[in-house]
Amino acid sequence: MTSTTTAAVQYAHATGVFKLTFLLILLPAIGAAVLLLGGKRTNAWGHLLGCAMPIGSFVIAVIEFFALIGRDGGENRQLDQHLFSWVPVAGFHVDANVLLDPLSICFVLLITGVGSLIHIYSIGYMEHDPDRRRFFGQLNLFVAAMLLLVLADNYLVLYVGWEGVGLASYLLIGFWHHKPSAAVAAKKAFLVNRVGDLGLSFAVMLMFTTFGTVAFDGVFNGASSGHARTGTMTAIGLLLLLGACGKSAQAPLQSWLLDAMEGPTPVSALIHAATMVTAGVYLVARSGAIYDVAPHARLLVEIVGGVTLVMGAIIGCAYDDIKKVLAASTMSQIGYMMLAVGFGPGAYAIGILHLLTHGFFKANMFLGAGSVMHGNNDEVNMRRYGGLRHVMPVTFMTFAFGYLAIIGMIPFSGFFSKDKIIEVALDHGGASGWIFGIVAIAGAGMTAFYMTRLMLMTFFGNKRWPRDVHPHESPKVMLVPMAILAAGSLVLGYLLILGGSLQHFLTPSVGPSLEVGAHTISPVVLSIITLAVVAGGVGAAWWIIGRKPVAAEQAPNVRPYAHATRRSLTGDAVNEAVFMRPGQYLTRALVYFDNRGVDGIVNGFAAGVGGTSARIRRVQTGFVRSYALSMLGGALAIGTTVVLLRVGS
Amino acid sequence: MDITYYLYLSAVLFTIGAVGVLVRRNAIVVFMCVELMLNAVNLSLVTFARMNSNLDGQVIAFFVMVVAAAEVVIGLAIIMSIFRSRRSASVDDANLLKY
Repeated sequence: MTSTTTAAVQYAHATGVFKLTFLLILLPAIGAAVLLLGGKRTNAWGHLLGCAMPIGSFVIAVIEFFALIGRDGGENRQLDQHLFSWVPVAGFHVDANVLLDPLSICFVLLITGVGSLIHIYSIGYMEHDPDRRRFFGQLNLFVAAMLLLVLADNYLVLYVGWEGVGLASYLLIGFWHHKPSAAVAAKKAFLVNRVGDLGLSFAVMLMFTTFGTVAFDGVFNGASSGHARTGTMTAIGLLLLLGACGKSAQAPLQSWLLDAMEGPTPVSALIHAATMVTAGVYLVARSGAIYDVAPHARLLVEIVGGVTLVMGAIIGCAYDDIKKVLAASTMSQIGYMMLAVGFGPGAYAIGILHLLTHGFFKANMFLGAGSVMHGNNDEVNMRRYGGLRHVMPVTFMTFAFGYLAIIGMIPFSGFFSKDKIIEVALDHGGASGWIFGIVAIAGAGMTAFYMTRLMLMTFFGNKRWPRDVHPHESPKVMLVPMAILAAGSLVLGYLLILGGSLQHFLTPSVGPSLEVGAHTISPVVLSIITLAVVAGGVGAAWWIIGRKPVAAEQAPNVRPYAHATRRSLTGDAVNEAVFMRPGQYLTRALVYFDNRGVDGIVNGFAAGVGGTSARIRRVQTGFVRSYALSMLGGALAIGTTVVLLRVGS
Repeated sequence: MDITYYLYLSAVLFTIGAVGVLVRRNAIVVFMCVELMLNAVNLSLVTFARMNSNLDGQVIAFFVMVVAAAEVVIGLAIIMSIFRSRRSASVDDANLLKY
């Protein structure tokens, strides 16, 4: 399809300013170490250090970004820095290297940029929390692990970062571990992620047995050389997809993300909206060379993306918890990205484009939701909000920017990125192109519906605050990051698409954009169709929710499908019935076997010996004459035997 | 006189001694029966020494006598102390050391 599949991947050596790449990871890692090991001594200035580290990384990232733009295209923009030999075993050599290329710098800028803003926001949000220092330490740990993930130049180091973000996610979801729901949610997220991580680890092992290396260049060159069997490549692709599904909360491993909202809201914004959950998209985009030779795996990526897109949108329509609606929306939007990267060469950049714009507007909305919660005694039920635009005008404005961006309103960022995905889907051609294109358009309509519902229930309509709640606007330290993200939600999409800038920039990493001869539907017409569908979704939301006052309680008796949607499309029930119960029965059977079988043999033998000896010891009666009789008997027996043997021989 | 008669006598004495040990309760009598058995063995030892024309059996008989003398000292002391504490010389009464 494109020339990238044949051109050998070759990374240049990092020089000059690019030698600072390792500092990107090191700074937040130092921050995490100091804050987590320093204890109470760092309480006073912990949050400042916690903010300084990602900001420092961001400054380095910006410098490197401009230095990278200053270089000629192609291999010159892919810079590998050798740090140390990690596994120097003969036949299995893994270096700890950092790879700075257009794809990774996009992620680095997103992680450190949005991450820094969220750190600053957290100063205000977590102000009254006694454990604020620990929070910043763990947030730094997350940033360090995430940067390691995207800067790795081989799959093993990537895996370390992958597990690192999983750990940080677990710690931060369960940050308020005194709440049982938070502790359970953290455990659930960790366990579901383990399933995906298993897939990734198997994929890495399979790569090693197939290509003899886990380095990106070795694997990609091996994959595109065509020596490996298609079946093997499909298996690697599917295992990578399993890993991506776990980390990115895609069907069928989506169930953890809604519960993950138990964590503090900045965590939801950074980890469960902007960065960590997009790691799956990064993995698929980065492994493009593998998917290029595994069309079946690629089709499954598209299907997973399409299914999750619709699923997330449907779930988002039913919840009253503002954070869970946003979480379902995140699932749905990542479904869009998966769909885009599933379309393969030329579409990777589109997926990354949506990832970047989504990172901004979704982080913006999560911070907005956090601000709303902050002003409403941590209430998350939208049925207790209403009419907040008067008391929280700045939050309302910034949230509105995110809202307009996510529904794809022109000229907000979501319009450019989402329309591109729909366009690519339709241009993909064939039945699958039409199906995914229509799914994507329908998803845009549903997105408009549930986001409008959220807006109406939160900021408009009748005031439904409980008597003791007095909503108020948040402090500036929270509002400024929100405003910056809101500005990003407005302009980022246009900036990135201007003259195909992002696509050209990403070409060395993910291949050139696809040259389409003729569009299935011309982009202008498609945009009009999409905007019409979006307008329909907004109108439907107003028709159903906006016209009349919202009830302060959820209607208890609803139709079965609505009930199922409130239970996140019975996802948890399915997991419980298919995996948890059989697992429980299996463990019970094993425990029974252990108690009765294994322990039974051991204990039975011991009891047998004990019982026998208890009977035998009765022989010792204490009567000397009976002993004498036994002695005589024994002596006679021995004597008789000796005599008989003599006679016999 | 045939020398085997000594052996018959020895066997008879040993049997009387053994039966005495088994059936009598009085510790003194049991003790005497044990002595009887020892002396029956001594008799057969010296008889064999005579039969085989060497002195080994006689030497061993002396050893047995020495051991028996020592045993009498210990044994009578034990019987004495048991009798003092329990007012009985019956071996069946001293049956505390058991399971």
